[in-house]
Amino acid sequence: MSNELPDNGLPNGWKMVIGLEVHTELATQTKLFSSSPNLFGGEPNTHLDPVSLGLPGSLPVLNKVAVELAIRIGLALNCVVQRSVFARKNYFYPDQPKDFQISQYELPINGEGHLDLPDGSTVGITRAHLEEDTGKSTHMGSGGGRIHDADYTLVDYNRAGVPLLEIVSEPDMRTAEQAKVYVSELRAILIAVGASDGKMEEGSMRVDCNVSVRRSDDDPFGTRCEIKNVNSLRSMGRAIDYEARRQIDLLEAGERIRQETRHWNEDEGRTVTLRSKEEATDYRYFPEPDLVELDPDPAWIEQIRAALPMLPRERRLRVVERTGATVAAAALIVERGLDDLVLEAVTIGGDPARLVNHAQQLSDDRATDLSQAAFAALSTMESSGAISATQAKTVLARMVEFGEDPASIASELGYEAMPSDELESMVDGLIAAHADEWAKLVAGEQKVMGFFVGAAMKATGGKADGKAVSAILNQRRG
Amino acid sequence: MTELTTALEMAAAVAAREVTATELVEASLSAIAERDGDISAFNLVTDDAARQRAAEIDVEIAAGRPVGRLAGVPIALKDNLCTRGVPTTCSSKILEGWRPPYDATVVTMLAHSGAISVGKTNLDEFAMGSSTENSAFGPTRNPRDLSRVPGGSSGGSAAAVAAGYVPLSLGSDTGGSIRQPAALCGVVGVKPTYGLVSRYGLVAFASSLDQIGPFATTVTDAALLLEVIAGHDPLDSTSIPEPVADLMSHLADGVQGLRVGIVSEFMVEGIADDVRRRTEAAAAALEAAGAIVGEVNVPAAAYGLDAYYLIAPAEASSNLARYDAVRFGLRVDASTTPDMYDATRTAGFGDEVKRRIMLGTYALSAGYYDAYYGTAQKVRSLIRRDFDRAYQDFDVLLSPTSPTTAFAFGDKTEDPMTMYLNDVCTIPTNLAGHPAMSVPFGVGDDGMPVGVQVMAPMMGEIPMFRAAAVLEAAANSEAIS
Amino acid sequence: MPERITVEDVAHVARLARLNIAPDELERFTSQLGDILEHAAQMAALDLEGVEPMGHPYGLRNVMRADVLAPSLDRDEVLSQAPSAEAGMFRVPPVLGEEP
Repeated sequence: MSNELPDNGLPNGWKMVIGLEVHTELATQTKLFSSSPNLFGGEPNTHLDPVSLGLPGSLPVLNKVAVELAIRIGLALNCVVQRSVFARKNYFYPDQPKDFQISQYELPINGEGHLDLPDGSTVGITRAHLEEDTGKSTHMGSGGGRIHDADYTLVDYNRAGVPLLEIVSEPDMRTAEQAKVYVSELRAILIAVGASDGKMEEGSMRVDCNVSVRRSDDDPFGTRCEIKNVNSLRSMGRAIDYEARRQIDLLEAGERIRQETRHWNEDEGRTVTLRSKEEATDYRYFPEPDLVELDPDPAWIEQIRAALPMLPRERRLRVVERTGATVAAAALIVERGLDDLVLEAVTIGGDPARLVNHAQQLSDDRATDLSQAAFAALSTMESSGAISATQAKTVLARMVEFGEDPASIASELGYEAMPSDELESMVDGLIAAHADEWAKLVAGEQKVMGFFVGAAMKATGGKADGKAVSAILNQRRG
Repeated sequence: MTELTTALEMAAAVAAREVTATELVEASLSAIAERDGDISAFNLVTDDAARQRAAEIDVEIAAGRPVGRLAGVPIALKDNLCTRGVPTTCSSKILEGWRPPYDATVVTMLAHSGAISVGKTNLDEFAMGSSTENSAFGPTRNPRDLSRVPGGSSGGSAAAVAAGYVPLSLGSDTGGSIRQPAALCGVVGVKPTYGLVSRYGLVAFASSLDQIGPFATTVTDAALLLEVIAGHDPLDSTSIPEPVADLMSHLADGVQGLRVGIVSEFMVEGIADDVRRRTEAAAAALEAAGAIVGEVNVPAAAYGLDAYYLIAPAEASSNLARYDAVRFGLRVDASTTPDMYDATRTAGFGDEVKRRIMLGTYALSAGYYDAYYGTAQKVRSLIRRDFDRAYQDFDVLLSPTSPTTAFAFGDKTEDPMTMYLNDVCTIPTNLAGHPAMSVPFGVGDDGMPVGVQVMAPMMGEIPMFRAAAVLEAAANSEAIS
Repeated sequence: MPERITVEDVAHVARLARLNIAPDELERFTSQLGDILEHAAQMAALDLEGVEPMGHPYGLRNVMRADVLAPSLDRDEVLSQAPSAEAGMFRVPPVLGEEP
């Protein structure tokens, strides 16, 4: 972490420590260990095969694309891609079809790595391992879906066996904001490498937060609590802040923190105890005997590395360097996937500042289809004064909508000549800037008229109407 | 038709239209109807399906269409092999009535070969046992002497072949569950190299040890059935991606110059004198046929039982967690899901299964993993290493299959450890992943069959079958004289 | 090797394995499991220094399949085997708590 710690918003100088476990579903066609579809939604229990239903006699076979996506993520997070062994994590629960989960325990596919955040800080990655998702339980009855009031539960195994990568960070984050930046950056990477759609709301990316507090950054870590069920970046930030304050209140009241798993309740804005770690389950991990070890060939890893797209961090730096954009503006442009468009438009002579400005405001998904030549031309028209900034926005919107070139849109909209109000203010500007010449003109020196018209033509790139300029000057002269 | 006793003869006769598949199946079904009330080899006889399948094959043959190598041959399947729409129970109450929605890979391969399943055979519950006394549906009796056990866990499959119902059956062998009942019933039983036969659709007991293999009345039939069921299966990650060895063409190769090692560790205390004498006689027969016979040590094999009774229960404790009353099988109702788990599993599993689940859970539990499961997996490596050293000097190894001939019901059920000792000679090869087979070699002092075990290195089925064929011939000529 | 397994140990593993074992059975199982584990303790005589746990006997590694769809099971056939089903799903009594 950087030495300059941002304000964490906590009272009395308390410090917080945050580590995150992010589960991301991998964008494969089929499940991690079997050939039924990895699809969100669908009629319950229609994406099943003997393996994902945990039927007796069924055997898992590893999905090669899931492994490749895991390696892509690992490489993007600067992890060591290593020999790994799948293990069984044993526990009874209805949405776990085999009553064990196939995961990686002692030897994960991705070992230590790190993620550099836009703010210049670095978060360590402990590991990123492959595992299978569970089915989904729906709690039925008068309790309105609450687990403890349910009359009974219905189970759908469509999601069972969907490939997950669990990305575990080091406890390197110190503010909720930083945690949000970390998750956004991670999400951007997952999308960039084509490993996931990164949709937190649909559950394809799930975050568990480990939060603890201490008096000083030099103290050892405090007892941590794990918060589950944060479904958006915003709720994650709220949950972390709430949890830190809850722990501080307890400690200041002389109580101790119990290590436990807590559930974020979005409606009530608080975390509640799910279970105490002191009654920890004995998962009886052991190597999965139905699978063999995974030790990816270095040549394959290098092939995957070579095919990796440029990552968001590098793309942001590129935009900053070549356009002079701020880091925040560059981040937005990269997030919208418009960095290539902007940079190509700059290369062919577009106005960097104006292009960056437009790209930041282009929230339309179709914007990536803009032609670089048209986008560059728009910025030139604007900088030459052929159209105003306001007009440029309108023209751009139509370019995105209809794919026409900016000149014909401007002409269609009658933007070719400068509107009289702008022309007048431009002329007024010239008058103010050239007080001596203006005095001569007022004094009747008619030849100075030519000087002003020439300046106006220059300022508008030749688009200003000379007669109109003369008329304004005559009007101002009285 | 009565002269047709082997699968090879039956398949040839069906192909030559000397007999129909229907006639073979009817003969098998009537033999079962006649005797199985006493023997109880079968949990389920699928007579209607067998008749229908036989009729289909007869149509194919009559139409001159090509059929598989086992076309028309009746076969019995151990009831831990998944058969689509046909109850698959593992002889456990917890799976009673379960109809799998899919076929095991071996079942599909058998169907393609034209073999006709006549039913599902009894076993020790979830293949845990050595006498078939642990079946929830009652024991199977040894066709050679109904007062004795057929061995186990594939007791039903061994008995079905020994009783002459079918020339072939399939069993599964985790620690001796094919070889030991083969020995006790006087038939041939093969535990192939781990990974040679797909386990997909075999209800798991101990995944790293389980292998499916054939029972037959002759070494040739066993080789034929193994050729039919062996081969790489993309649905089993542990399946070996190698082409199937041509066993049949090597059966008559003899053992001239073959180096045969008698494993000293398997000829020690606990092996009955008559069994030991028969094993020595088998070694002499091989030597007489030109083999070079010597003694060999496999020191770590002496710890096979110890490693096995940690590894197999550990894997089983996890494999058997899925019997949870949610998706299939027995449910004993309760007011909460955890209570339902407890009630169902307590009512659905027998004592031996519970014992192994608890043992395995303990061996994996926090604080004990290294001492038990971890240590056992290292011992397993040593056993493999010691076998590999033995195979530097010998092509195949020889030992008794079972320490004794078939014993009486109830003899060994009191003390689990006594029962476990039955598998002392067979377990080490499962731990090593090597192939081994049991060949009948005469009878013991009680007149009951004795089996000798031929072991071979990984993928060493060819030398193993060559030795077995010579032993079979020697046993037959000894019986005649 | 650890100390001999106790009745409490067996009760604990029975709970982990979701089995109800009656008190009189607990004694019997404890004694049987103790004998088996005692026999297994003989392994302590072996020198296991530097010995790796056994992997696949044939040394298979990196077994992977192509990411290709195959038809899913028929839901009616699957649910016909369920002890209880409702609305296309498997029905169970209240589960009481979240995934452990």
